Parts: sequence; C-alpha cells; structure tokens
Amino acid sequence: MARSVTTQRKLTFTILGWAIGLLIFFPILWTFLTSFKTEGTAVATPPQFLFFDWTLENYHEVQSRSDYMKHVTNSVVISVGSTLIGLALAIPAAWAMAFSPTKRTKDVLMWMLSTKMMPPVGVLVPLYLIFRDWGLLDTRLGLVAVLTMINLPIIVWMLYTYFKEIPGEILEAARMDGASLMKEIVYVLTPMAVPGIASTMLLNIILAWNEAFWTLNLTAANAAPLTAFIASYSSPEGLFWAKLSAASTMAIAPILIMGWFSQKQLVRGLTFGAVK
Amino acid sequence: MGSITLEKVSKSFGTTAVIPEIDLEIVDGEFVVFVGPSGCGKSTLLRMIAGLEDLSGGRIIIDGKDMSSEAPAKRGLSMVFQSYALYPHMSVYGNIAFPLKMNGQDKAAIDKKVKDAAHILNLTNYLDRRPGQLSGGQRQRVAIGRAIVRQPKAFLFDEPLSNLDAALRGNMRLEISDLHHQLKTTMIYVTHDQVEAMTMADKIVVLNAGRIEQVGSPLDLYRSPRNVFVAGFIGSPRMNLIEGQEAAKHNAVTLGVRPEHVRISKTEGAWKGTVGVTEHLGSDTFIHVQVDGIGKITVRTDGDFSTDFGQQVFLTPEPARLHRFDANGQAI
Amino acid sequence: MATLQTRATARLMMSPAVILLFLWMIVPLVMTLYFSFLRYNLLMPGTEEFIGFLNYQYFLTDPAFFTALGNTLMLVGGTLLITVIGGILLAIVLDQPFWGQGIVRLLVIAPFFVMPTVSALVWKNMLMHPVNGLFAWIARSFGFQPIDWFAQLPLFSIILIVAWQWLPFATLILLTALQSLDGEQIEAAEMDGAGALSRFYYLVLPHMSRAITVVILIQTIFLLSVFAEILVTTNGGPGLQTTNITYLIYAQALLQFDVGGASAGGIVAVILANIVAFFLIRLIGKNLER
Ligand SMILES: Nc1ncnc2c1ncn2[C@@H]1O[C@H](COP(=O)(O)OP(=O)(O)OP(=O)(O)O)[C@@H](O)[C@H]1O
Ligand SMILES: [Mg+2]
Repeated sequence: MARSVTTQRKLTFTILGWAIGLLIFFPILWTFLTSFKTEGTAVATPPQFLFFDWTLENYHEVQSRSDYMKHVTNSVVISVGSTLIGLALAIPAAWAMAFSPTKRTKDVLMWMLSTKMMPPVGVLVPLYLIFRDWGLLDTRLGLVAVLTMINLPIIVWMLYTYFKEIPGEILEAARMDGASLMKEIVYVLTPMAVPGIASTMLLNIILAWNEAFWTLNLTAANAAPLTAFIASYSSPEGLFWAKLSAASTMAIAPILIMGWFSQKQLVRGLTFGAVK
Repeated sequence: MGSITLEKVSKSFGTTAVIPEIDLEIVDGEFVVFVGPSGCGKSTLLRMIAGLEDLSGGRIIIDGKDMSSEAPAKRGLSMVFQSYALYPHMSVYGNIAFPLKMNGQDKAAIDKKVKDAAHILNLTNYLDRRPGQLSGGQRQRVAIGRAIVRQPKAFLFDEPLSNLDAALRGNMRLEISDLHHQLKTTMIYVTHDQVEAMTMADKIVVLNAGRIEQVGSPLDLYRSPRNVFVAGFIGSPRMNLIEGQEAAKHNAVTLGVRPEHVRISKTEGAWKGTVGVTEHLGSDTFIHVQVDGIGKITVRTDGDFSTDFGQQVFLTPEPARLHRFDANGQAI
Repeated sequence: MATLQTRATARLMMSPAVILLFLWMIVPLVMTLYFSFLRYNLLMPGTEEFIGFLNYQYFLTDPAFFTALGNTLMLVGGTLLITVIGGILLAIVLDQPFWGQGIVRLLVIAPFFVMPTVSALVWKNMLMHPVNGLFAWIARSFGFQPIDWFAQLPLFSIILIVAWQWLPFATLILLTALQSLDGEQIEAAEMDGAGALSRFYYLVLPHMSRAITVVILIQTIFLLSVFAEILVTTNGGPGLQTTNITYLIYAQALLQFDVGGASAGGIVAVILANIVAFFLIRLIGKNLER
C-alpha cells in the first residue's frame, strides 16, 4: 500500500537520518581523514577537519615498514584460507542436510550451532597447550585451522538455508539425466547456489578478518594478521595517530566494502535464518 | 524396447504403508496412465519405478532385467517433473544437452540430437533462452525435450500439465499424445485428472490408497467399472450412485447410472422429481434433479433442452446401462 | 525423498564436517575439564596433582571473580540496553522514506565491519583522549572540563565502544523485522483511530518482539566474550575495573600461567554461556520447524 508522504515529513527524516548516519559513521570518517594528516596536525587543537595539507606520507611509511605486507598477507591467507576450507567441508554437509534430511538432521544443525556458543576462554588453555606442543603457535596453519572450525557452523547454516530454497526435483532430474553425485553438485547445485555461496563466503571472510580473540592469543610476530598488528599500536609510547589511522584505514577498507556488498544477506547469516 | 513389470511392489514410509502391494504389467509402447485421488501414492509409485525412491518390497523388472536396486540413471528411463525441474542457470540448449553430456557423447552428436529434439518440439527459436524467459508451455516442452534426447526405454510423467491453464493443457495433451504416436515409446503418465486419463491412455490404472482398483482401457473402465470407486472416479459428470429401496429393487446395494444414460421428460417416466440447478454448457446441459425417495440425480441432455427451477420432471434410466454393486462395492 | 543409496552418501558427505566439529568441541572441553581438577602451573612444571574442586573453590571465592562477573553483567547489560533501544529507534527512522536512505543505511551498518582492535584504538586515542581527543575539544569548546574517559569511567567507555560496534547489528535485524510488518495492518489501526504511540506499542513492538529476542540472545553470546577491546585499551584496569570473566581467565592462563585455575574459570564461563545458549537454541529450533 502506498502511503502518501508529504515533502515536509520526508525532509525532516532526511535531515534526521543523515545526522544519525553521519554521527555513527563519524569515527570511521575521522580515521580516514586523520590518515592524510601529518602527525602534528593529527593531534592539533582545535582539530583540523578538511582544510589541512593532505599527505600520503603515512601510507608510504606504514607500507614501508618491513613487516606490514606480511601482516596483510597473513590476514588474507587466514581469512580466505579458512573460508575456502570451511566451504569445502560445508557444501557437502549442507547438501546432505538439505536434500536428504533424516529425523536427526535438525538435531545435528542445532548441535553445530551450539558449538558456536561455546565461549573461547572455555577452550583457550588446552588449545594453547596443544598448539605449543605441536609447534602451531604463531603459524598461519594453526590460525587457519582454528578459524575454520569457529566459522564452520555459520557456513553450514547459511548454505543450508540457501540450499533449502532449491527444489529437490531439479537435483533428481540431474540424477535421472545420469549425473553422478560429483557432477550433480558441480554442474547443478553449485551454479544454482552461487549467490548464496558467494554471500556465505563474503560474510565469513569478514568474520575471519575481524576475529580478535584467537588471532591475538595464538600469534606473535610471524603469523599475526592485521588485528594483532593494529593492537601493537596500543602501547603508550607508540602514539602515532596518523600512522595508526593509515594502517587502520587500509585494514578496514576492503572489508567494509565487502560488507556493504553483502548487507542483504547479512541478516540471514548472522541470525542463523531466524530473521530473514 | 520398454516393458516394465512390477512384482509385489510395496512402499512404506516409516510405519505407514503408502503402497501395500502392487502387481502390474506394462507392455512395450503402451501409454499407461496412473490415475487416482490426491495422496493415493501415484507419485510414489512413479518415483519407485524411476529409482528415486527405494522399494520396501517386491521387484521392478525393466525389459526382463531386475532393476529394483539400480541407480536412476542406469534404468534408461526419462522423467518429466510436475515443476519441470529445468536447470535455471543453463540455456534451453544446455538443458536439453545435459543428459547427453552426462552420458559422455561427443559435441557433434549432441548438437544434432538437441537440434532434432528442438525441431520436433518447436523450440528451435528459443535455444539460447534461459528457462526463466519462457512461458509455462515452452518450459514444459523443454522438459520433454530433455527427456526425449536420451531415447529412453520409457518416459515417466508426473502431472506434467497441472501447472498450465486450461487451454494450454488441452493443447499439450494433444502434443504429448502426438509424440507418443511418433516415438512409439512406453509412457507412464500420472494424473489426478480423469479427463487426461480417458483421452490419452491406452491403459488406465486406477489407484486408491495405494491399491490398484482396476486396470483397463478407458472404455473398459467406462463401460464396466469393477467397483463403486472406479465407477465414481471415471466419467464426468460423476455417475449417479443410488442406495436404498430403489437399489434393492434391482438386487443391489448400490445402483449406478451415468448422467448420460438417464432420459428426461416433462411428461412421463419412472422417477418423478423437481429440477434444481441447471448448467448449460452449450453442447450439453447438466440438470440436477431432486428425485422423490431417491435423492439427487444428475442428468446429461442435449444443449437445447430447457427447464425452470422447481419444475416437475420425470427421469428414466436406460435399463441396459445400469451398474449394480454389492455390499462390498464390487460390481455384480 | 531419497533412496538408501543417497542416504548413505549423505551420511558420508556430512561426516567430515561433523567429525571435525565434534573433535573441535569435545577434545579441548574435556581437557579443560580435566585440567580444572589439577594443580597445574606452567611456571612450576612437575608439580601437577589432582586437587578435586579446589580450583573451583579458589576461582568462585576470589573477589576478583565477583568483580569480573559484575563487570561482565554491566558490560553485557549496558551494551544491550544501548543497542536495543538505539536499534529500535534507528530502525524506525531508517524505515521512513527519505532522500539518500540507501547511503545512510550503509553509513549506519559500517561500524560492524571494523575490526575490534581498530575501533578500540580509534575511540581510545582519537576520540576519548583526555588532551587531544575530539571529545575533550568539544567539552572545552563548551567550557566544560574534559572527561578522562578511561580513568574516570573505564567500564562505561568500553561499553560505549562495544555498543558502537554492535548497534549496526541490532539496527539491521530490527529494520528487517520492521520491514516485514504488514502495512495494511497499520492502516487498519489508523482507521480504527489508534494514535502513533499506541500503534507503536500495540502493533510494531509485538511484531518486533521475536527479532528483539534474537538480537538480545545473539549479542549476549558474543558480548560475554568481549576481549580485544579490553586488551588494547585498559588491560582490564585500572585495578580490576574493566576485567570481565573472559579477560580474567585470559590473564590467569597466559599471564599467570595458572592452567588449573584458568580451566576452572573456563568451565564456569562455559556454563554461563550455556544458560543463554539454551534459550537461543530453543528459539531458533522453533523457527526451523516452520
Ligand atoms: N517422504 C515421505 N514421508 C512420509 N510420507 C510420505 C512421503 N512422501 C509421500 N508420503 C505420503 O505418501 C502418500 C502418497 O503420496 P504421493 O505423493 O505418492 O501422492 P500422489 O498420489 O502423488 O498425490 P498428488 O496427486 O497430490 O500428487 C501421501 O499420503 C503422502 O503423505
Ligand atoms: Mg504427486
């Protein structure tokens, strides 16, 4: 039903909406602006908003720090790696649960969800010790493994809700047409589920990229992703706001853009299909 | 070749027996229609033949070979689904080519077969389209195209026309019958529409609650239904079924007479009644008459016959066309 | 809709994910449980011995535990209060048609994608810094004494940061729920003479109640484990003022190397989280049946 909207009402909400939006977005905007200031301007009082000498120096400097690229690589490897492995494990599992459900399928799904609710500190100690004994501390391999397991329930759940929307008859048609299970999944299911798989992938890269319990506790210099790298700016003697801003901008920009693209699917993924 | 034999086939989901036990013989080249009310197990039976559903008991023999536990693709059957089940991400060409590709045929052979099928089904101009860009009838034809390129031993159709509007349904009915005459391949066709069953079938299998009520040619079923269920199910409008005294007069518990076998007259006849609703179809007129001491009787008469609501009329059933049933509903 | 063959395949396809998750859950949990009954300190190797419930006794009677429990509740409760109320209001605003709605929506959800360490540091340094921070400048411009956020209101500061991160989540989900509200229902109520407030109270709020429950439960799960924000801003201090259960256990394990004590704490945390999870799982499970 179209409700008639007066221009005045619309204008009021335009002003209100933009004011709130900018207020909430401000810390990010401020970080972005500060990244183009010199360290001096960054701490100046009164604060400089737009009319300062814009400089790219901070970006150069952050990037030329020998280890910066290493941390970026770590972040990429860990988030993409854990997501891809997670998908490889979850696609067959979600296929099974969506298209060949049994009485226990629901219980399995609920159980998977419950593993997600375990607080990380509940398993911090043994995991730390296992990692130490197996030489996995501060390795990408170790982090990829942990993040895969952390996000696996979400991946399975999201894929499950997407697969559920594909009519089973189409897969049966493929079976009649002589497709083997592999071909059924590769030629029929996967292409049809591409949008769902893509948004699952995006959401999980985002979650893994921003994960900040295990990445902080299980890494030191070598495998530290950007979360841990940024955390190193917290030391009181390292108050380089402009450089912190540049590093932060680079750390959040790609993920922010991905997040904006996947916002439609976000709700479903984050609520395990409880809200669509 | 495509003869299919069901031997003591049964199916239960958990503890509920959907199909108690069925024996059925389908000869090569036959057009067999499974018909029955909703939920009677038609789809289940078809899917068992296709191999999409396990048997709980019995055997399915295709061309003399026991295929009971063979994978669907190995049975050499094609299926057309109610929802068409087209691959939405492939073009029409891709859809029709898919089974051939899965079969590992070479490109040139695939191309020729797809084009041939498209020609038969009038799809040549649509080969590049996606299923989403087609009308219901065209989608239906693509689904059939995908089924025929494999040159299967038999086609299985599960209510293929139920998603189409009435006019299109009539057209497609003819097209499928036509196709059967061209290909001469065995076809098993599931529907709950008795008109489809009557018009298309060589042989109708009437199912009720997982049991076969009667097997026979359309006219067999029409002329001599074996029991009350078949009598009521086949034919439109439904056969009038009369119980009580009038039936007892004919030594039956239930007496059946089809609307087209009752003569109506304004002056004289065996049963006196009052006219209720009259339905004019143009070619025919259906008159619902409340007969004293018997109940409601539907009469079919020619299109020019006219009566008024509440008018008194007389009905006379043709004695040779009466169907008599015993207490168990079996024909006497 | 399946044959034995496909069912068998299905089981096979599920097993890698299920087995791995099972191991991931059960092995460390059993180890934690086992450690929690041991005297076990990494600094004193070789002194491990079974001590029954002593770790639990220490952990649960330690005043630090109660402080941390209180802080955890404050952190979770405060954040929930801000995000749920703020989320409802924001959702209502974003649901109105206005120019640039789509862009504002993007601006509002942005904080959710910022990694916790970044948001904590940006807030701590550039906004809340008592001398050079933006808030201090605003306060001074109006003639007030700037607040030294992390010294005077440490826990509240962290609540603010965390609430900023989670407000988008609440808004997005509540907005989705709001948009699924039947417009004709509202119009019918308008015809019946219901004012804006009673429409909100009798129609909108009940319609959103499910989504609000989901938001509360899911956020609670995550908020119980807030960690990075504390680590990079206050390290749990001053004193224990910003130490939550998660941070307390972390400190016990990786700073004091008291494996036994930290494990007992870990089990306590698991039990606390499970109480919440129980309700959440039931809610989602109900949804699955529909
Ligand atoms: N997977 C299943 N689990 C349990 N019961 C089932 C299952 N599939 C079908 N049934 C039951 O078996 C019976 C027969 O179903 P079937 O789909 O074969 O009916 P149908 O004759 O095709 O009906 P329709 O004309 O409505 O398509 C129904 O009562 C149905 O509820
Ligand atoms: Mg059916």
